[in-house]
Amino acid sequence: MSEYSGQVTHVELSTTLWLIPLLPFLGAAINAIFGRKLQNSGFGKDLSKRLHIGSFGVSAVAIGAMLLSLALVVANVVKLVGLEGGHRFLFNHAWQMVRIGSLDVNFAFAMDPLSAVMCLIITGVGSLIHIYAASYMETEPSFWRFFTYLNLFVFSMLLLVLGDNFIVMFFGWEGVGLCSYLLIGFWYKDYKKATAGMKAFVTNRVGDWGFICGLGLLFWGMGGKWLPNGSYLSDNNMRFVAVAAQELPHGEHGGGHGEHAGSGEHAGSGAQAGHDEHGKADPKKAEEKAKALAGSKGTLTMTSHPGAKVYLGVNFASDLSGANPPQPFGVAPFIRKELPAGAHSVTIVPGNGAVVSGEGSSRDGALVINNEVATVGHISVKGGENFLVAPIGPTVTFRELHDQLVMEDSTGPFLKSALLHKKGWFGLAVVTLACLFFFVGATGKSAQIPLYVWLPDAMAGPTPVSALIHAATMVTAGVYMIARLSFLFSLSPTASAVVAFTGAATALFAATIGFFQYDIKKVLAYSTVSQLGFMFIGVGVGAYWAGVFHLMTHAFFKACLFLGSGSVIHGMHAVEHDEVAVQDMRNMGGLKKKMPLTARTYFIACLAITAAPIPFFAGFWSKDEILWKAFNTENIAFISGKLIYAMGLVAALCTSFYMWRSYYLTFEGPHAKKEIETKVHESPAAITYVLATLAFLSTVAGVLFGFSSHFIGGHGEPILEQWLHPVLAHARVAFHERSLGFEYALMATSVGGAIGSWYLARSRYGASRPADWAQREQKLPGFTLLQNKYYVDEIYQATVIRAFMWLRIVFAEMDRWIVDGIVNAFSVGARGASWVTGAIDKYLVDGAVNFVAEGTLKAGGALRNIQTGRIQNYVYGLLGGVAFFGILQYFLK
Amino acid sequence: MNIFSMLFRYWPAIAAAAIAAMVPSAPLKLRAVGKDEADDAAASAPTTKLRVGLAIIAGLTALAVQALVTGADAPVPDGAAHDEWRHLLNVLIGLPLVGAVAVLFMPRQMLSLLRGFTLAVLGVGFIASLWLLATPMTAGWHFQYIRHWIPALGVRYHVAVDGISLWLVVLTTFITPIAAYASFSSIKTRIKELCFAFLLLQGAMIGAFLALDLFLFYAFWELMLVPMYLMIGIWGGADKIKAAVKFFLYTMAGSVLMLGAMIYLVWANQKLTGHLSWDYLALSRVALARPMQMVCFWAFSIAFFIKVPMWPVHTWLPDAHVQAPTGGSVILAAVMLKLGTYAYMRFSMGLFPGPASSLSANLAGVAILGGILYGALVAWKQRDIKRLVAYSSVAHLGYVMLGLFGATPSGMQGAVLQMVNHGISTGALFMLVGVIYDRRHTREVGDFGGIAKVMPVYATIFVIVTFSSIGVPGTNGFVGEFMIISGTFVSERLANFSGIHTVGAAAGVILAAVYMLGVVEKVFFGPLSNPKNKHLPDLTVRESLALAPLVLMIFVIGFAPNLFLDRMKASVDAFHTQFRTVSGQTVQFSLENAAQLLPEETFSPAFLKGAPVYTSDSTGDDSGAKADAGGAK
Repeated sequence: MSEYSGQVTHVELSTTLWLIPLLPFLGAAINAIFGRKLQNSGFGKDLSKRLHIGSFGVSAVAIGAMLLSLALVVANVVKLVGLEGGHRFLFNHAWQMVRIGSLDVNFAFAMDPLSAVMCLIITGVGSLIHIYAASYMETEPSFWRFFTYLNLFVFSMLLLVLGDNFIVMFFGWEGVGLCSYLLIGFWYKDYKKATAGMKAFVTNRVGDWGFICGLGLLFWGMGGKWLPNGSYLSDNNMRFVAVAAQELPHGEHGGGHGEHAGSGEHAGSGAQAGHDEHGKADPKKAEEKAKALAGSKGTLTMTSHPGAKVYLGVNFASDLSGANPPQPFGVAPFIRKELPAGAHSVTIVPGNGAVVSGEGSSRDGALVINNEVATVGHISVKGGENFLVAPIGPTVTFRELHDQLVMEDSTGPFLKSALLHKKGWFGLAVVTLACLFFFVGATGKSAQIPLYVWLPDAMAGPTPVSALIHAATMVTAGVYMIARLSFLFSLSPTASAVVAFTGAATALFAATIGFFQYDIKKVLAYSTVSQLGFMFIGVGVGAYWAGVFHLMTHAFFKACLFLGSGSVIHGMHAVEHDEVAVQDMRNMGGLKKKMPLTARTYFIACLAITAAPIPFFAGFWSKDEILWKAFNTENIAFISGKLIYAMGLVAALCTSFYMWRSYYLTFEGPHAKKEIETKVHESPAAITYVLATLAFLSTVAGVLFGFSSHFIGGHGEPILEQWLHPVLAHARVAFHERSLGFEYALMATSVGGAIGSWYLARSRYGASRPADWAQREQKLPGFTLLQNKYYVDEIYQATVIRAFMWLRIVFAEMDRWIVDGIVNAFSVGARGASWVTGAIDKYLVDGAVNFVAEGTLKAGGALRNIQTGRIQNYVYGLLGGVAFFGILQYFLK
Repeated sequence: MNIFSMLFRYWPAIAAAAIAAMVPSAPLKLRAVGKDEADDAAASAPTTKLRVGLAIIAGLTALAVQALVTGADAPVPDGAAHDEWRHLLNVLIGLPLVGAVAVLFMPRQMLSLLRGFTLAVLGVGFIASLWLLATPMTAGWHFQYIRHWIPALGVRYHVAVDGISLWLVVLTTFITPIAAYASFSSIKTRIKELCFAFLLLQGAMIGAFLALDLFLFYAFWELMLVPMYLMIGIWGGADKIKAAVKFFLYTMAGSVLMLGAMIYLVWANQKLTGHLSWDYLALSRVALARPMQMVCFWAFSIAFFIKVPMWPVHTWLPDAHVQAPTGGSVILAAVMLKLGTYAYMRFSMGLFPGPASSLSANLAGVAILGGILYGALVAWKQRDIKRLVAYSSVAHLGYVMLGLFGATPSGMQGAVLQMVNHGISTGALFMLVGVIYDRRHTREVGDFGGIAKVMPVYATIFVIVTFSSIGVPGTNGFVGEFMIISGTFVSERLANFSGIHTVGAAAGVILAAVYMLGVVEKVFFGPLSNPKNKHLPDLTVRESLALAPLVLMIFVIGFAPNLFLDRMKASVDAFHTQFRTVSGQTVQFSLENAAQLLPEETFSPAFLKGAPVYTSDSTGDDSGAKADAGGAK
């Protein structure tokens, strides 16, 4: 029996996690059932009017649910902060969903530092956007329906990030797609909007297909056995092992994890492997703890397989079903108990139909295979040691997957190497294939090439929806997923390269499309696609924390931008009544004077996203960290990190241009319409306060979370990196180490370039722009191509969609005329045959019978003539007969 | 028990009922007609009825879920005998049949008596079937009942339930009353015949699910056709006669092949054992000569594939659905098609595991290309909503068949669950299509547009059911499809193709979204342009009450599939193990030119319990008594 050890996840129990998603769900349910009544009842009408919001009751339910959920998130995060670094993992099992063989799906929630960040963003920014929406949607007749969908969306999003396993994540994954569908098509009476919703859903579905395939592949890859002859034996049973848990080394950055792989990559890597005070303190603490426990007791933990019973000291499986069944040591989903040092035999009964590979010995010593009882065997517990009973085999739980990959026996991390050496299609390792499939899922949800086309169309939805779903939360789900699976993606340089390159290409591609859009929301939409590309560069090149960092800062400044554009649109409704015209920047101009607060916050958010002309706002920190890491990466195959860097840099410069263009066209210069002067007003307080809050966050979040003493010559890590360290510790990544001066130089390049772009934008579109600016830019080379978004939609229409349209017609006609045609031909044939047999029956078979009958009749009729009744005739006959026979007699003789 | 402990115990049911009672918001009235106050008052009476009805449905559902949850937790002592009333299955089969005869003696004019009686009989059937759920479903047969029927031919009346047929029986008893209730609102002619048809159908379908004697199974299988033939032929649409005849003949053609194979199998068994028997359990032991295995497998399977229906023998389905009345469509889609999948699992896989195993990769290819992808693409092209839903059934049942062909525990449980899921969501879809057809007498997608504005409740329910049909997580469709897909990937029977099969099958969910959401978009969204649609009334009380249980079940299965899986798990696992063992044996050992009997040890004793037993000197006449003793337990 081999000994297992590894830095497996240390789980703490939380009982409130499940309430976090439940609250928005209840909010949605209440508004769904009572919302209309609540809205019609006019409850709190005066207050609504004073606050410039829609129905007070409906908003109170929706916003209340959000705030309560936020409070719960904060409470859990506080709990998380209170734990030691390596122990920051809260777990909450709700109920069991499916248990078949080794497929064990539970409705379970988990919060680690990564999901904590996501939850804070979702509930924090989400609450702000709810408040904003209450005012923005003030006059909407279906106010209640809007908030039902919005709360439902937050519920799904929280499921997505809090899910302990792929399935709960997928519940959220598809759930947000569904809510996005409902919200984009919120004004369903407009056919175009409904179509945009459907486009979003179907495109997302393509991504979901990738997700499911990746999951299936991974599940299969974890389970099977490869025979020496290369064929595959599906042995999808799991087994349990006891793993000696090791503490996570602290303070060490994801840079130097060569030792886990057992390869020589340690040398030359570890770019920022600094130890700060925190990192130094922790081993001491751990030592003290170990001393206190040494010689007395160890602990046994089991957090998988809810319902499984763990027995100690049961040597024979038959003992369990005896007359006096022993008391179980504990029952999953959460067992953590001390047990005295020494040898123990551990037996697990997973129960409930689970099939595990178990072997135990029966009383007569023979080895029996029992699929319902798993024996871990003997473990020898030393004092202070923590053992984790962990399943090995196919799993859908992130934590178990992670633990299996870091688990080592005497030969090293055996499962990791098995997974790396298994080959799937095209000679690619299973890991690579699975990661690529997952990435297909990510491109759908996070609007990357080739599946980005739905996001610009999604702007048809109400603006708060664009801010919440299509900027701050849902579209970042793909980034979150890759960060969550960092231990997997980092195993595959190929998949990482694909992720990074797709991200860079999307960043550049979408940024160029943003150049000449006139619709303010479209500009922001393409900007979002582009910024998401940056995040994918981050998670692609191995800088997972930087990707998440950018996700966070982006949530702040892009929400601010979208909501700012919403505020503008809200104001412009006084001037324009056509939906397209109201968002067209050619109709705006000079709004700064009319909407000073909106303009100021938009300005700050622009600073945050472009880092020009004033750097050091939020976006600067995250974007530069990503570019820096891209430049130095050693984690991707095929493609040089420097190419990724260059593409990212150009995209950043483009960003600066089009964002400032949008700012100046909207807020500066002369009014495009005279009515603006008189009719447009600043939005109500609920809107502007939210904008101000987000602008504040866009200002400080970067420094707060991204600054490290490293920049001034120290060895510190940014606070967010430290925080995320336990999650990302097992991502095997390496970066080339370069001097601080070089980093400054790159920083200066990007800031300088961005300032250049800003200057260009300002000179073309600034306050003193020429009146014919629109005509001028139309003469620029490439304008038509960019204006038409590279004709991607048209190309899709002409290829993929057309092919399917054609295929469905072919199949439908084939079904009708060939498949059903054969059946109908049978029926025609059968009719023909029946006609023939009918004819035969009528004319031949029955004909013969009738012929006999008729013949008899006719013969009778003919013979009747003979029977005249006259004696003479009979006598003639008699004589004739006699004569005949006489002659016959004569001749025959 | 005082009131507080009752409150404490049943609070989920009470809460569910209370919430459900509050759901109907505005009185159901004709919108946009400018009704005045008096009409509102008149309209509030049905609202009360609706409130009460919804409260009862929600409360009962909560109670059932509660019972299932606690039932699952209760310890199951191994091998302990449970009180199984041996006549329960006879009641389930017999009650509707007797009811059908009784209906014939009722006066044609007393419509409410006829309707009430039918619903009462169907309702009692449903309640009786819940009893099945109270029994721990360990592997093997339950509620077994055996009687000699035609001793000279070895035919016995042998019915039993296991975890596989359990849910299909419950599905039948659940759907049929709903379908009958819903049809009573739209069908106004020949009520007596309608009631007769519903009751006869119910009895025959349950009989077919429960029969373990091939002769008995065949009898029910054919009997089932008659009422459905009548339903399509009498209450159908314009082209009803042609559709009815096509339906009848198509199915019949397959059945005749099956009958031939059955007779051959019985004959082969008689040659081996010297006894005539049509018993499924006994015949399972016969391993025919290799070529005959293949012939008989196909003879059985073609009959079942037609019923499923699988490509390319599916074309009767759209015709039958389009012409059938709503109630008929619901039963046809929800239950009758499941007989094909169920019978394939029980009989084709059970009796001929060798060919079923060796052909599974090819058949899975047909299920994916012909069913899931082709069915979806053809559905996309349809303009008649009912025809579209019919083709979507072809696609959905492709998943079920894929799960069966893959033959992994996960895939097969998923398949059984997906049978139930499809019954619920497609049944609901057909009812919803019926609602709109009753109002507008057209089902062409192009005739609608923007009716979410005039029929908001209808639109909401339609969208929910649509999402269930395309398998969005949280609804029942997802669970089944996911289990099947994940089962396909690990299937060794599909060998090298399992990966590509999975990718293809998963692609089906994209197409499902395309065609279903396309309908939703065209029917409900956009401007309300057609003036004929401007005054469509929303769901009536009857329609709402008929749909409510289905919508509830969509979410119950979606979030807590374990309640359902727990009760089929043991049986499906046992079936899977047996399939593996026996298919391995037959593939390896069956002879080229002679049949042989597999040793009894191949099968688990729980499976063979109730098989005819022959003493060495008798001719099998005493077998019934022994089997009875076993069955009574």
